[in-house]
Amino acid sequence: MDSVRSDPATSRGQWPGGPAVALKILVAGGFGAGKTTLVGAVSEIRPLRTEEQISELSRPIDDTSGVEAKRTTTVAMDFGRIDLREGLALYLFGTPGQDRFWFVWDELAQGALGAVVLADTRRLADCFPSVDFFEQRGIPFLVAVNCFEGTEVFAPEDVRSALDLDPGVPVLLCDARSREDGKNLLIALVEHAADRRAGAVVPSA
Amino acid sequence: MTEAMTEGTGQEPEEGASAPRPAADVQWYDDDAGPMVRLFSMTKGRARPTEEGLFDLISMIAATDRAEDADGEGEAALDLEHHSILTWCRREPLTVAELGSYTDLPVSVVRVLLGDLYDAELITVTRPVPLAQLPDERLLRDVINGLRAL
Repeated sequence: MDSVRSDPATSRGQWPGGPAVALKILVAGGFGAGKTTLVGAVSEIRPLRTEEQISELSRPIDDTSGVEAKRTTTVAMDFGRIDLREGLALYLFGTPGQDRFWFVWDELAQGALGAVVLADTRRLADCFPSVDFFEQRGIPFLVAVNCFEGTEVFAPEDVRSALDLDPGVPVLLCDARSREDGKNLLIALVEHAADRRAGAVVPSA
Repeated sequence: MTEAMTEGTGQEPEEGASAPRPAADVQWYDDDAGPMVRLFSMTKGRARPTEEGLFDLISMIAATDRAEDADGEGEAALDLEHHSILTWCRREPLTVAELGSYTDLPVSVVRVLLGDLYDAELITVTRPVPLAQLPDERLLRDVINGLRAL
């Protein structure tokens, strides 16, 4: 480990041969907006699932009449890991697309560095819930317009005004299949997060 | 507890979303698969680990020296799934999310099993550093440079 820090919070996590600092970025957006494609374009994607007990949160939506025996519901996610340097890894999590899995989002969002919200201009309204979610929790995010082939290309400013985004939220056009585009999205997001933190956090001595 | 777990190796991502069901070519999904008896029996009915919040998706899990002794007395009460998790994090520290994916077990189940391993002092857990404590400027610069170099 070549990067030894004096900060006890990080030195506690020094591993020989393993990431000492793990950072989390979420990839959100409506169903079919390209979340899985984007995670797969920039990292080795892996499936992940969890079995959650059907709680009050999802009970009204999960109609269990006729299948009373079923007490859990499966939530599937994608995740990918990007090793940035020794001791530093980025983990991408594609959020479950269905609204009924909000309770999983809350956990995913905890401690997240930021989020990429993928937008499909044919169904722009699909990403409203994601935008609301990250706005309400103060999590830095950007909107990436996935330019599907054969769809009209919108100017980022049109998307910004349609989604009623704050002026500071970056809006970028991308092809979610492109590794280069994916990298640039993540860089733009981290830069945005850094700007926000620089503005909000008083630098410590 | 009765079914043998396949060691969590070489699962193709396409197959990974569903647990392998031995002795049948047919795979059952969702309601057809019936209640999750097997998962609940694996966790002895527990839906949550003993320490809530310890096992974040990116909490880092490493096997302790104690776990190196595979036949140690501490492992007597462990199931196959516990061993599978230990085998994975002996190679290198892994996040809870990675362990879930590699073992093809739901994260919720992995958390409960990790709680057992933690209680038996067979693993160490490093929670993600709260973002507010990160030396942000330098670290975020490292992230950006690392991404550019990909």
